[in-house]
Amino acid sequence: MTTSYEYDVLVMGAGLAGMRAALAAHEAGARVAIMTKVHPVRSHSNAAQGGINAAMMDRGDDWEEHAFETVKGSDYLADQDAVEILAQEAGREILTLEHMGVIFNRNEEGRLGTRRFGGQKRARTFFVSDFTGQAMLHVLFEQLMKARVPVFEEWFVTSLVKDTDGRCAGLIGFEIRTGQFALVKAKAVIIASGGLGRVFEPSTNALICTGDGMAIAYRAGAPLMDMEMVQYHPTTLKEKGLLITEAARGESAYLLNCDGERFMKRYAPNMMELASRDVVSRAEQTEINEGRGVDGCVLLDCRHLGRRLIHERLRQISEEVHSFAGIDLTKEPIPIQPGMHYQMGGIKTDVDGRCWDVHGAWAGVPGLFAAGETACLSLHGGNRLGANSLLDTVVFGRRAGRCAADYAREVPTPHVPDSTVGMEQQAISALLSRHANRDSIAAIRQEMGVAMHSHLGVFRDQEGMMTAKGTLEALRDRYSRVSVQDKGRVFNTSLIRALELGFMLDCAETIVYSALLRRESRGAHFRTDYLHRDDVEWLKHILLYRQPDGSSRVEYFPVRLTRWEPKVRIY
Amino acid sequence: MPYFQEYQLNMDRADTVLDALMHIRDTLDESLTLRCSCRGAICGSCGMRINGHAALACKTKVQAMVSERGVVQVEPMNNMPVIKDLVTDMAGFWDKVRQVQPWLQPAGPEPEGEYLASSESMNHLTGVMGCIMCGACVSDCAALEVDERFVGPAALAKAYRFVADPRDGAGRSRLLALNEPGGMWDCTRCMECIEVCPKGVGPMDRIMLLRSRGIQANVPSTCGSRHAEVFADLIYQKGRLDEPMLAARTFGLRNLSRLLSLLPMIFRAFVRGKVPKSGPLHRAIPGMEKIRRLFQRMEERL
Repeated sequence: MTTSYEYDVLVMGAGLAGMRAALAAHEAGARVAIMTKVHPVRSHSNAAQGGINAAMMDRGDDWEEHAFETVKGSDYLADQDAVEILAQEAGREILTLEHMGVIFNRNEEGRLGTRRFGGQKRARTFFVSDFTGQAMLHVLFEQLMKARVPVFEEWFVTSLVKDTDGRCAGLIGFEIRTGQFALVKAKAVIIASGGLGRVFEPSTNALICTGDGMAIAYRAGAPLMDMEMVQYHPTTLKEKGLLITEAARGESAYLLNCDGERFMKRYAPNMMELASRDVVSRAEQTEINEGRGVDGCVLLDCRHLGRRLIHERLRQISEEVHSFAGIDLTKEPIPIQPGMHYQMGGIKTDVDGRCWDVHGAWAGVPGLFAAGETACLSLHGGNRLGANSLLDTVVFGRRAGRCAADYAREVPTPHVPDSTVGMEQQAISALLSRHANRDSIAAIRQEMGVAMHSHLGVFRDQEGMMTAKGTLEALRDRYSRVSVQDKGRVFNTSLIRALELGFMLDCAETIVYSALLRRESRGAHFRTDYLHRDDVEWLKHILLYRQPDGSSRVEYFPVRLTRWEPKVRIY
Repeated sequence: MPYFQEYQLNMDRADTVLDALMHIRDTLDESLTLRCSCRGAICGSCGMRINGHAALACKTKVQAMVSERGVVQVEPMNNMPVIKDLVTDMAGFWDKVRQVQPWLQPAGPEPEGEYLASSESMNHLTGVMGCIMCGACVSDCAALEVDERFVGPAALAKAYRFVADPRDGAGRSRLLALNEPGGMWDCTRCMECIEVCPKGVGPMDRIMLLRSRGIQANVPSTCGSRHAEVFADLIYQKGRLDEPMLAARTFGLRNLSRLLSLLPMIFRAFVRGKVPKSGPLHRAIPGMEKIRRLFQRMEERL
C-alpha cells in the first residue's frame, strides 16, 4: 500500500536554500511542501561559521567591487550575469533576514556590523559570532513554522519522478521511521539538498552530505556542471577534518610554518592569509610537501587576538578546538591542514534556479529547479569566496522558489502511472534481499573517500586521477554485490547508507571524469601536469549528461562574461 | 522489552563516544541505529544518555566516561518515546517548541533598514541562539518526568530568546502565556538542564530571567510568582524562612482546601524531625539591619 500527496512545488532538502525557496514559493501563493532526510535544524547549513557577504551601498560599499572579487576568486570561471545578481541583491536579502529575526552582530550605533573575509579588500561580511549559518538556519525554521509549510521530516528521497511526457512530476521516497514509501507529486521540484562532501575522506562536511540531489537529478537526465571544482578549505582541524572558520584569519590570525614564518608573504604578498581559499590551501600544501610543516600540518595562530575578541567573535571554534583537540587557542597555535569543504559544481541552473541550458530551454527535465550547493549557476566558478555560500543559498533559494511557484501556475497537474512507486519499492527489496558477502558498505565508502582525497585533492595529475578512476570502477562493481545487514523497515540507517553510497559513487565518477577532461589549472582544479590557466581553450564549463548505460555525455558551455575580461590573478 | 547489548572495541584516547558508535556500526553491527551528522556539536542529532546523563555523543570523550571495567553505557534520551536503539521520537519536543510561538513578532511596520539594537542586547541573545535543539535538557528534566504538560527547558529558553529580543513586540502576551500552568513557573530548579546542556545555554537561568521579567511586567500573580515574592519578603522581614507563613501567603488564607492538603506533608515532616523545635512561629533573627542592607545593595544593582 502506498500513499500519494500532491503539491504545486516540492522542495528536497531543508537547509537554508530549501527553506528560503519554500518560503518564497509559499509567499507567491503556491501549495508547497519540503521533503528532507533530517529535521530542518539538523541541516549542514549549520556548519557555516564566519558570515554572509553583502555590499551595502548605503554604507559606502560597492556591489561591483563585491562582484569583481567574486569573479576573480572564481578564477574567471563564474558566469558574470549570475554574480552581478548575487552582489546586487545581497543587501536587500540581509535586511530581510534581519527583519525575520537573525541576531546579526551590531556596531556601536546599533547598526549591523561587519568583519573581513578572504579574497576581499573590504569588510563586508555580516555575522552572528562564529555560528552565522546556525543562527540563520534556526530563524528560517522559525519562519517555516510560522507559515505552516508542511515538512516531510526524516523522509529519504530515492528518485525523481517524470510523467509520461518526460516532465518533472515529483519525488518518490520513504518515511525513515516506518519504511513506508510514497509518491509526492508536484508540478515543480526544487532540489536543495546540499553538497557531496562525504565523497571525500576526510571532509569538513556533515555525514549527511552525500550528493543525493545531484545524483537523482543526474539520473533523471539533468546535466551536472563544473563537477571538477572541489574546494579545499585552508583551515581544517588535524585528523578529524573539522572546520576552523576563515573568520579567524578575518580577525587577523596568522598562518605559520615550522620555522614560525608567516609563509603567505611568499605566495600572496598583498592579501597574505586572506588570499582566496585555493591559493592559501595550495600554499599550505606546498609548505607541508617541502618539509616546512609540523606533522603534516601548518599552524594557525590566534594567540594575539585576545580573550575578549575570541569570546565575542570566535566562541564556537574556541570551544570546538578545546573539546576536540584539547587546545586553548589563546595559548597555543592550532595544527591545521587543507580539507575538502565545498563543491562548486552541481546541477546546472539559470539565475532563477531553472535547470535550463544556455539557449533558454529546459535541459533534460522540464519543471526541475535547484538552489544552494546542489546547484551550479555557475556562481563560484573555480573557487568560491568565503561567506558567499550563505548569500548564494538565500538569494538564489528565494529566486528559485518564486520562479517555481510562477511555473507551477502555468502547467497542468502531472500524470504519473501508479506502478511507479511499486517499481521503486521492488528495487529496494532486491537490494535488501542480497546475500551477505565479506564486503561492507562502510568499507567501499571509506576506500572511495581515500582515493578521491589522494588523487583529486589540492594537487592533481593525469596519473593519479586515472588511478582514482580505476578504483571507482572496482568499487562500482563491488557496490553492485554488497548487501545490507539490517533487513528491518523501521529506521533502517543501514539501508540509507547503502543508497547514499550509490549517490556518492555517481558524484565521484562525474568529478573524476570532468577533472580528467580539463587540461589546465584553474581555481581549485590545479594540475601539476598542466600548470597554467588556458583561457583560449578552457574558458568554458564542462557539463555531463548521464547516458542510459551509465556513462557520461559531455557538453561545453562558454563562460558568460559581462564586464570583466580574464586577467592574471594575483593576491 | 528494552535490553542492553555489549560491544567490545579498542579506542584511542582522543576518540569520542560517537567515534566508538560509528566504529561499531562500520565494523561490528551495521544495524546499530543512531542519529548523527556534523561530528562537531552543532547539528544536535546525537543527543543520548551516556552513563545516565544526556549528552552529545560527538562531544563526549570515551576516556572521560569509561568505567574501571572499561565500560561506557549509552541509552536513548529520556522523557521521549524510543523508536529504535538510540533514536527517540522528538515530535513532542517540537510540539512544545511550537507552543511558544517561536518566531519574531515585531511591533509596528518594518523599518526601511535594519532594526536598531544595541550590541550588548544582540550579544546577550547569541547565548540563547547557541541552542541547537538537541533535546538533552528535556531528556534530563526532573519536572517533565512527573508532569508531561510542562513545556520544558528547551521551549522556555527559546521563548526567552524572543522576550529578550528588543525587536520583538509581543513580550507581554508571551509572558502571559508562559504564566499559565505548564509554563515558566513549573520548573523545579533542579539545575540538571544547566548541567547537561552541551552548548552552555543554561536553560534554567533563562527560565529564571523569564520569571523576573514576568514579575516586572505585572503578569497576574500565580502560586509560583507569589512563592518567589513572599520568600523574598519573609527574608526581608525576619531574616529567615517562615514556612507556615510562606504557604499561607503563597496559596492565600482563603484557599483552605489547598492549605489543608499540606497537612499530611507537615505531619510527615514533623515525624522526620524537620519541624524546628522553636515551633512554627518564627521571630526575626538578630542583626536584621545587615540583611536589609543586603537587599538595598541588590536593588541598587538592579
